[in-house]
Amino acid sequence: MLFKKADAPYLKDYSNVQSMMLKVIYALIPGSIAMFWFFGWGVLFNLAIAISVCLASEAMMLKFRRRPVEPALKDGSALVTACLLALALPPLAPWWLVAIASLFAIVVAKHLYGGLGFNPFNPAMVGYVVVLISFPREMTLWTPPLGVAGGWPSFTDAVAIVFGSGISTQALDAITMATPIDILKTHINMEHDIEYVRTHKVYGELFGPVTGVGWEWINGLYLAGGLWLIKQGVIDKRIPISFIISLVLISNFLSVLDYASYSSALFHTLSGGTMLAAFFIATDPVTASTTPRGRIIYGAGIAAIAYIIRNWGGYPDGIAFAVLLMNMAAPLLDQYTQPRTFGKSEAKS
Amino acid sequence: MLSRDKTWVGNDNGEHSFHGGIKLPGHKDLSTQSPIADMPACDVYTVPLNQHIGAEGEILVKAGDHVLKGQMLARPHGMVSAAIHSPVSGEIIEISNHRFPHPSGLAAPCFVIKNDHKDEWIERNPVGDDYAQLGSHELRGLIRDAGIVGLGGAGFPAAVKQTEVGITTLIINGVECEPYISCDDMLMREHADEIIAGAKIIAQIIKAENCVIAIEDNKPQAIDAVSKAINDDDSGFIELQVVPTIYPSGGERQLIKIITGMEVPMNGLPADIHVLCHNVATSYAIYNAIYHAIPLISRIVTITGHGVQSPQNINTAIGTPIKDCIEFCGGYRDDARALIMGGPMMGLTLDTDELPVIKTSNCLLVTTPEDMALPASKSHMPCIRCGKCVDVCPANLLPQQLYWYSADRDYDRAINLNLFGCIECGCCDYVCPSDIPLVQYFRHAKSGIWEQERERKKSDIARQRHENRQARQDKQKQEREERLRKKREALAKGKDSHKLELDKKKALIADALARVKEKKAKQPVKPKNTENLTEEQLEKIAEADRRRKKLKKERGDQDAV
Repeated sequence: MLFKKADAPYLKDYSNVQSMMLKVIYALIPGSIAMFWFFGWGVLFNLAIAISVCLASEAMMLKFRRRPVEPALKDGSALVTACLLALALPPLAPWWLVAIASLFAIVVAKHLYGGLGFNPFNPAMVGYVVVLISFPREMTLWTPPLGVAGGWPSFTDAVAIVFGSGISTQALDAITMATPIDILKTHINMEHDIEYVRTHKVYGELFGPVTGVGWEWINGLYLAGGLWLIKQGVIDKRIPISFIISLVLISNFLSVLDYASYSSALFHTLSGGTMLAAFFIATDPVTASTTPRGRIIYGAGIAAIAYIIRNWGGYPDGIAFAVLLMNMAAPLLDQYTQPRTFGKSEAKS
Repeated sequence: MLSRDKTWVGNDNGEHSFHGGIKLPGHKDLSTQSPIADMPACDVYTVPLNQHIGAEGEILVKAGDHVLKGQMLARPHGMVSAAIHSPVSGEIIEISNHRFPHPSGLAAPCFVIKNDHKDEWIERNPVGDDYAQLGSHELRGLIRDAGIVGLGGAGFPAAVKQTEVGITTLIINGVECEPYISCDDMLMREHADEIIAGAKIIAQIIKAENCVIAIEDNKPQAIDAVSKAINDDDSGFIELQVVPTIYPSGGERQLIKIITGMEVPMNGLPADIHVLCHNVATSYAIYNAIYHAIPLISRIVTITGHGVQSPQNINTAIGTPIKDCIEFCGGYRDDARALIMGGPMMGLTLDTDELPVIKTSNCLLVTTPEDMALPASKSHMPCIRCGKCVDVCPANLLPQQLYWYSADRDYDRAINLNLFGCIECGCCDYVCPSDIPLVQYFRHAKSGIWEQERERKKSDIARQRHENRQARQDKQKQEREERLRKKREALAKGKDSHKLELDKKKALIADALARVKEKKAKQPVKPKNTENLTEEQLEKIAEADRRRKKLKKERGDQDAV
């Protein structure tokens, strides 16, 4: 009897890129629902626009590059980029802003560098930073969360804000606010202390017992999704753990030194994009360091840079820049953190 | 069926464990339901001359010879070599090239033996318990002449490893970590006493201080049998160690780490850290050689997989056609897809069953789509650097980086990342979500590097030759120039002396002339025939003399001017 030949090993685990990406999407769902709950329709609009633009530009680029379109679209990587970008952008961002960010993420940051697996920078963060630098005003305007200052606008208002020019700048200003992190930084730079902001008659409402209203829920649910991903073996635990521990250590140190001007560690870990970054953005394997020790340094580096930009930088949140800066450092980290090979007396550096 | 759960584990790098490894579905039950069966005799056996690592033996028989069972057909030749014996009595039909299970798939010399079904043994003189009186060298000689090689799969001649210098620990490997294979498990269940006896022989040869038999914890019956045999053995020298079921804990380096906590140096051997490792089947073969004078002419083979009607372990002669073994186990099922010699992680696919069982055939696995889907296409997803391969690599390498450089043929970097620490266990391949055939890339890179190395050596030799030639030519040129220079010098010197001589001669001539002149001056020339001349004649002479005088005077004037 004749048989087919093949090369060992013949056994295969059933995990594949597609299932990994889908699990990332599943893990994002609870946090996104919380975000929708607190920030309204804009979150869904962002998701819809980002997903359609990302998938369309992915298909277009694959066609231009003469690569098979279907398998690459199915791998889910563009979908993950789209979701991360949509959840990071302000909920009432105009449609073109989301579209530009998505287009840039897929076309420039991903495909011009060679597509999945070859991009040195996290595509979602590149897209985010491009619009952050280009349209700084739009990027700081968040809707107030549910239950604050009238809450988020109705569906028709949201459609008008996102897709049309149906609303004046004054009206827009009236229904939008900066994020708690951004407000705190602005006021602390004006030599006010945290207590002043928290009891302010306009902004005070934005703050809950720990952090901004709603943000502890959103971050808590991202944390839960992230822990599930670790348990599923989709992401490596080192980056999020090192990221969160470093952020806690740095913020705790400064807040103990100067309680009035530096927010607590709890505030920092449950504010803004912290958990989304820790479990979903920094863990993007393509652009992160791949060695065990390198990943620890990588996570810590992002935390340190993000904290610096959050407190002293000119942008509302520093995570995107922190991730991109550490992306640049990843090859170097890999080079100098090679683990000791079995039977080798010491690791080479 | 494979479990769809997360099957890989990232192991901690503790002292008595190794980094990484994976939990694999075992499928061992498939072939352990019945005791080891004896494969009935066949008519024709094909025994390859080289079934081991090392040099081919020296052939002792020729076509047409009648041979006895256990008769040596080829004698070990050189340091690393193994003897080959006839598995049956009968006639050598031919010694010619045939294909046998080998990665190259090429044909090589084989003894084709026709069984006369008389089962006539060669005369045997077992050493038995008297081996204790023999020295290491003699015992090694017996093992070498019995053609015993590592039966775990590598096929390295056993006696060569059994150095008696500086080995303290003997490890008998009964781990058998690859899925499906159960020949060592069954052997331990049924022949534990013989394995212990074999281990004691090896221990005596190498003068080991302690001996550990290692078994994976998924073989409770084998563990029971071996621990009973150890208890029955009164030496108290051998201990049993149960190791966790994590692939590849049966790999020599990994097992040594688990047992001793020490790592075999990457480019070294177990002997470098005073350890010797033998498979349980090798130990059993050594027992047979010493106690029964039976050379290695048969082995236990696991016939398994869902593609076989009744999977089981069989004791079969070396050289038996694989086809007959499968037939003995009920034949193929309709959905049989692939035939693998060895396990599903490191085994070798065979394209036909018309090949013989050889010394290293521990398992013949007939797979169906239910067992595994053979990697169908060459295309795979790009590496997303997820690092699962890093987590499972038992050699603690960075497979994703190695893949990058191997695919790029950037061999220097691959070597820097210790490509040669890779044991090709396939763990990285197994977990890779992009289905990248990593081990294939690494194998290619390794052979590419060897090729480069050979080329470099060749070009080194050529360059050396060229340089030598250059040096030789330079030397010749120098010598020639030296010679020329000397000659020129000699010539120049020669010219001077010539001149001197010439001057001397001139001087002599001048002297002589001067003397003649002087003489002439003293004795004026007297003209001859001047007597008896007439007046007229005298007148003429006088006139000539006058003219001569006059001329002389004129010439003298001219000379003066």
